[in-house]
Amino acid sequence: MSTFEAVAIILGMFLVTFSIRFVLFAGAHKANIPDWLEGALKFVPVAVLTAIIAPMALTDDTGMAIRLTNPWFVGALVSVIVGLLFQRQLLTISLGVVAFFTVKLMLGL
Amino acid sequence: MTPWQDARRGVFASLPMIIGGIPFGLLFGSLAAANGLSIGFAIAMSSIVFAGSAQFVALGLIAADAPLWIIVMTTFVVNLRHILYAADMLRYVRHLPLWLRAIMGFGLTDETYAAVRPMYDMGSATLTNGHRIYLGSFLAFYIMWNITTILGVLAGEYIPGISEWGLEFAMVATFIGIVVPYLKSVPYWGAFIVAVIASVFLRDLPNNLGLVLATLLAVLTGFVLDRRQRKEA
Repeated sequence: MSTFEAVAIILGMFLVTFSIRFVLFAGAHKANIPDWLEGALKFVPVAVLTAIIAPMALTDDTGMAIRLTNPWFVGALVSVIVGLLFQRQLLTISLGVVAFFTVKLMLGL
Repeated sequence: MTPWQDARRGVFASLPMIIGGIPFGLLFGSLAAANGLSIGFAIAMSSIVFAGSAQFVALGLIAADAPLWIIVMTTFVVNLRHILYAADMLRYVRHLPLWLRAIMGFGLTDETYAAVRPMYDMGSATLTNGHRIYLGSFLAFYIMWNITTILGVLAGEYIPGISEWGLEFAMVATFIGIVVPYLKSVPYWGAFIVAVIASVFLRDLPNNLGLVLATLLAVLTGFVLDRRQRKEA
């Protein structure tokens, strides 16, 4: 890869990435988001965060992995249950991580 | 609270995900080195592009000798979800000066959005201090990402097994810790369940398209259920 190519790649990637992130912010002071859209956007955090982690927790290289020998699944399950029961974020995270590593160690993975 | 204390709250809220991100940064640096890319190139990517998953995809494409436009287009598609974050964050940034919005846009990653956005809902971030919390989170991730990139490159080659330690699980647990408090009404449960099912079934689509589609389906579900509930009420 030549220096020119390297610079072009970095520049190109920067331009598209920054544009996506900034284009709405740039006109933010005058942008008016209609009510219905605001009503839809409030579901974005739950939707996107769940969609990022669900495949990590429920599948592995072989496909669906909803079983108690999958540390990712067990850890996530424990986190969800603890979160729903106790509503404490730090507890949710730490017990999930503990469950994950417990299963991992027990299985010698 | 002083600006500094607000920024520290942003750092603190991001800590689990920062720990979860460390192996990714090391892995990125070491993969870049393994592909024969210079340390300058790896650092330029982490400091200028600053987009975790797109950087990994770009490494793969560079290794496969893909042309520039493919690399740029793929980056575009992989990062498309960030426009949803920006749309969602608009109401919290519109009063800020342009230069500040530009910095915040540059730092609008999955992690900072995930760490800071819910704080507005919980009332711990407001229009007065939210951007300071946000900047604290962004800077913490930015520093971690660049330091781990350099360390990864210096380690020269794949750090034995670090990708199998499972440190990334910290991110999964953190995201769950963020999502669960929302699950208090039917529309949010609907969005959650659809996101789980759709993202799992669409996971093999290329370039994160499954993620984008699953997100849109889940948002639509929440929106429709919300409307219905309001009509009944």
